[in-house]
Amino acid sequence: MPDIITMKQMYKVYPNGIVANDYVDFSVKEGEIHALVGENGAGKTTLMKILFGIEQATTGELYHNGQLVSFQNPQEAIKAGIGMVHQHFMQVGSMTVAENVVLGSEPKKYRFLLDRKKAIDDTAEIAEKYKFKIDPAMRLDECSVGTRQKIEILKALFHGAKVIILDEPTAVLTPQETEELFRELKGLKERGHTIIFISHKLNEVKEISDRVTVMRSAKQTGTYDTESISKEEISNLMVGREGLWELTKGKATPNESIITVNNLSVMDEQRRYLLDHISFSMRKGEILGVVGVEGNGQRELVDVLTGLNKASGGSIMFKGEDISKQSIHHIREMGLSHIPEDRMTMGVATEASITDNLLSIYFDKESFNNGVLLDQSSIDAWAKDRVKEYAIKTKSPNAQVRSLSGGNIQKVVVAREFSNNPDVVIADQPTRGIDVGAAQFIHNKLIELRDQGASILLVSADLSEVLDVSDSLFVMYEGKIVAYFDDVTNVSAMELGRFMLGIEAQDEEQIKRGIYA
Amino acid sequence: MINLLTPEFFFTVIRVTTPILFAAMAAIICSKSGVINIALESIMLTAALTGVLASGFSQNIFIGMVGGILGGMFIAGALAYFSLYLKADIILVGIALNLMAVGGTVFVMFVFTGDRGSTNSIRSLQFPDVNIPLLQDIPVVGTALSGHNILTYLAILSVIGVWFFLSKTTYGLRLRSVGENPDAATSVGIDVRKVKLVALLISGFLGAFGGMYMSMAYLSVFSTNMVAGRGFISLAAASMGQANPFGTLLAASFFGLMESVSYQLQAIGIPAQIVGMVPYVSVIIGLVLYAQYQQSLQKKKTLSKQLKEDPNEA
Repeated sequence: MPDIITMKQMYKVYPNGIVANDYVDFSVKEGEIHALVGENGAGKTTLMKILFGIEQATTGELYHNGQLVSFQNPQEAIKAGIGMVHQHFMQVGSMTVAENVVLGSEPKKYRFLLDRKKAIDDTAEIAEKYKFKIDPAMRLDECSVGTRQKIEILKALFHGAKVIILDEPTAVLTPQETEELFRELKGLKERGHTIIFISHKLNEVKEISDRVTVMRSAKQTGTYDTESISKEEISNLMVGREGLWELTKGKATPNESIITVNNLSVMDEQRRYLLDHISFSMRKGEILGVVGVEGNGQRELVDVLTGLNKASGGSIMFKGEDISKQSIHHIREMGLSHIPEDRMTMGVATEASITDNLLSIYFDKESFNNGVLLDQSSIDAWAKDRVKEYAIKTKSPNAQVRSLSGGNIQKVVVAREFSNNPDVVIADQPTRGIDVGAAQFIHNKLIELRDQGASILLVSADLSEVLDVSDSLFVMYEGKIVAYFDDVTNVSAMELGRFMLGIEAQDEEQIKRGIYA
Repeated sequence: MINLLTPEFFFTVIRVTTPILFAAMAAIICSKSGVINIALESIMLTAALTGVLASGFSQNIFIGMVGGILGGMFIAGALAYFSLYLKADIILVGIALNLMAVGGTVFVMFVFTGDRGSTNSIRSLQFPDVNIPLLQDIPVVGTALSGHNILTYLAILSVIGVWFFLSKTTYGLRLRSVGENPDAATSVGIDVRKVKLVALLISGFLGAFGGMYMSMAYLSVFSTNMVAGRGFISLAAASMGQANPFGTLLAASFFGLMESVSYQLQAIGIPAQIVGMVPYVSVIIGLVLYAQYQQSLQKKKTLSKQLKEDPNEA
């Protein structure tokens, strides 16, 4: 098969001086599924944005079907038969599925009127052709995330895409939806479409792709037949260091409990229990995992523990004080740190500098103040040390947090939250959507804190993360704790799955084992 | 005596609702395309003056109408140019245009008529009243609904027109997509800025009729600041109507009703200054009540959703 896309010596430097693509060569054969992998910030998305006309390369050549081209905007790329499925869906919630699909090239009647019936028929026809199960007449905001992604792919197909770029499509999908997506992608391939699949989940890359191109810090580090390369090898090419899969973790030596949660409840406005009388202990020197299908009370638990929300009943004893009705400031002063689930809205102020973000919970410390003024030089020195210690990739601590990659933004959050040697850490999805290198760094930091005697609550939707990192864990279902395991080494993901789905539950005595003196 | 249940009273309600209705339709178009047209006040005021001047000097009602439309669209175009193309904050530009229009219209009026209070010295034409055959013969209903100015009927047609445009035409679909998710619109090749420009120009067109109704139908002269906040009231009406043309028609009628009530109150001797507040106070009360209704609706919605999902828990 000939190359449908060839990118030669692509070089892209952003106005802020960051080189996102450093003379990258990339080519895709017609009719293949080509995975593009690399850590966050490695330049995958930039390369694809150049291909799709969202960004222009500083230098370099782009060939489409052997022709030298340059797309000035996405419309030109769409016309050439290239489609892109973004991580954030480009959709209009109040419209129907069909209207979203045809938007921009709507079927018309009487010249000006929208032909709704034809829009629905066209959408149904194209969905039928590619065996996508969707209802074209449904309102878009009533569709699930998985369906919305299909709609995005259908949109690309409707606009005539032969090459479809998918930017981390599985990040938002459940395992079942991912399976379905892969089936559909294979179907597209059979019909002659070419797929570029951006990912950093190596299992998926192995499963779906024919070839894989690896990128590391703006450079291309090789293109391989997927069959001829192992996950470990890909991973080494991505991060450029060996032994990534090793998590150095000694056995936990839990001490007395530091937080005791007793009959804690949270109700919504309709007086329904979102958190239903739960009790457990967090012990010093232990990482306690919390698993469950999203929306089973984990968020509410984190919110009351950190003071973001107030409990409707029960108590949280922390160092002998009930913090369930205390202010966030007071709880933090007592030595509790919080890595929030959504780093972009809760974790950082994206417009502010790295220094300011690091400082945001320490600005009133004596060492940073000179009378009424901030002591800028000591702050700068301190921030510089944090950037170094946490290996935050940036040109300067004064750079806006917005300019960093996801993994580095999370490192800013972690650096801030860990810098005061907290006694308790509430880590809510601490590595969601960030690259392997940064995730491993954060895991090691958590374990380091544990070994220093901190108590850590690790809430994660990633079962393998909880099983790897935590020492003990409990499972939440419909606001209750349905299972407690004092040692994760004996627990399998399948077993947890049954508890998470409410098929099984431990009896009260077993759950009570999670309450320590 | 105050008497609200007469056909004459309903006639008044419809009469005073007309300008609000035009401007509220203009506000809907803008809000659906994702721009806030706070300059409706100046669009109406400018159109009220240019309409009178054009008809007064040409003695042709059609030329007068064109003059009014151009006046309204000029202000809308200026708002679009400064905010969409020169990237100024649309709210601040809108405020500036509103302030400018108050003084600017008086200045232009003085230049053309030598008068500072109203355009009494030139004879402006008025849009005709229309008696609707058959309807006018029905007692009570005929009195209330027939015999209105032609612009009143046009305003009601504009409700249907705006609804049809937004929900049935391809351009309406694109306009709504621009308002709701400009990135999505851009990604399929829709020129967001151009769509917003068109939306603003349409609002200038509709708002102009609201202004002309004030000076060329309701009255036959232009007088200083004669729009008196109706542009803002229309924004409130569009918001209460959730930018739905028919809901907005109801909200606009409510404000028209309150204004009519205030005239009745004046007639029974309540000081004009207090009575004058009624329409504006009603806007605040209306918006508060509406917000509370929305909240309770939201609660019911989530509750019924939960019940649907979880029949066992109910």
